[in-house]
Amino acid sequence: MDNIAAMRVENVNFFYGKKQALRNINMEIYKNQVTAIIGPSGCGKSTFIRLFNRMNDLVPNTKVEGKIYLDNKDILYPKVNVVKLRRKVGMVFQKPNPFPKSIFQNVSYGLEIKSKNKDFIKEQVVKSLKRAALWEEVKDRLYDNALGLSGGQQQRLCIARCLAVEPDVLLFDEPCASLDPHSTRRIEELIQELKEYYTIVIVTHNLQQASRVADYTAFLYLGELIEFGETGRLFTVPEDKRTEQYITGKFG
Amino acid sequence: MKSEITQKLGFTLLFFCILIMLFFLGVLVYFVASKGFSVLSWNFLTDIPREGMTAGGIAPAIVGTLYLTLGSIIFSLPLGVACAIYLCEYGPKSYVVNIIRISINNLAGVPSVVFGLFGLAVFVKFFGFGVSMLSGSLTLGMLVLPQIISASQEALLAVPQSYREASFALGATPWQTIKKTTLPAALPGILTGTILSIGRVAGETAPIIFTAATFYMRGFPDSVFSEVMALPYHIYALMTEGTHPEQQTQIAYGCALILLLLVLSVSAIAIIIRQKQRKHYG
Repeated sequence: MDNIAAMRVENVNFFYGKKQALRNINMEIYKNQVTAIIGPSGCGKSTFIRLFNRMNDLVPNTKVEGKIYLDNKDILYPKVNVVKLRRKVGMVFQKPNPFPKSIFQNVSYGLEIKSKNKDFIKEQVVKSLKRAALWEEVKDRLYDNALGLSGGQQQRLCIARCLAVEPDVLLFDEPCASLDPHSTRRIEELIQELKEYYTIVIVTHNLQQASRVADYTAFLYLGELIEFGETGRLFTVPEDKRTEQYITGKFG
Repeated sequence: MKSEITQKLGFTLLFFCILIMLFFLGVLVYFVASKGFSVLSWNFLTDIPREGMTAGGIAPAIVGTLYLTLGSIIFSLPLGVACAIYLCEYGPKSYVVNIIRISINNLAGVPSVVFGLFGLAVFVKFFGFGVSMLSGSLTLGMLVLPQIISASQEALLAVPQSYREASFALGATPWQTIKKTTLPAALPGILTGTILSIGRVAGETAPIIFTAATFYMRGFPDSVFSEVMALPYHIYALMTEGTHPEQQTQIAYGCALILLLLVLSVSAIAIIIRQKQRKHYG
């Protein structure tokens, strides 16, 4: 498989105050592939994925070192325009967090910031809802409050909301952690469909999920990248002893 | 067994406390209503005071109180919300901001008569607004400002962080996030704070004694620079000045009843607005 790197992580360290959460991470995120980041709780998965859209900027008292390249630009460079960056790198959170607004307004939120063109916004909302496999369920109640949707629908709405601003990269931070198995399967199918258009990074503590959806998997342990490789290979013939122990359930 | 008895005793005590509270509330309302009811009439609400405060109505005082309350809220609500937004959303989490926060809380504890003196010195004299509706409104606004800031801060802090994160993740700037997400979600809480402030402003006497209130007016205030009659001050004046204590006392209770009703109805309006907002913003 010929893979083009969409993002390149170089020597990344991350600190919460004096505590180091990520240690010298180097890896590549391939274009139009799904990369899963796995590891036990507290290993730094979420911290890591939140670097890609600079979400950690919101956490006071943190420090980051190293570089992450996206389109040959280092996105960790302090003067990077994070607003622009976040429109390129969308994020879906662990708990579905729709705004307490209508379904339509949720999807149009990111668009209205940039555009005043009503027709374009409407078109984009419909397109995004369709792409997030939610359109059929909500097309008759676009103006109902989004909080009336089920958890799984809310999460797909959050995905649609991301898609509407046309990002290149989609980050999923344990997107199914609070969903039932049925909704989880729908999200996983959706991720498979979406990789045709987007580069996807997903954090999950669910190993089966990683093996189902991801082309590549990275195993993080105590802030270190232990192993990174093709998912099939990593799950069948892990190179590192710790990876093997983790995926066979010896710890985690 | 013993713990059950203690629990029963504890709950009974708590229930008793509620009864005491309800008793005093009931007595207060009954007392004011029964004493004030006799003077109530359409004339009382719409006429100006006549015959040295012993007859006629209290219309200028009602209107004055409404004006003062409205004026103070117009001044303090935007300013208070703006301060709260700065402190919660923009302000660096620093030593200085903490000091500001503590100062605001302390300001809330300053006795209202001190605000009255402050208003006299600054608005009436220094700015030259004179004893006027403007001076009174500004003084009352200063008085409730800390309350509105605190309530707004709490409301903003209660907005789930996930809303802000979602907004930022979609490429919204902090300003857009506040405008489109944080502030609308905090609005019900801010309105609650404002409701409480309205009650306080409408009933305050000390701050307006030196800055706005007058005992008697023939008609209604015609500009923001005119003196006004106000219900709380009118009650005070009726009970301490004048030459017909008996009739005046009756009228004072009438005023008190109207003041109570006024505060309750303004609060009711605000509560309705809040409920509507809450429905909208879950």
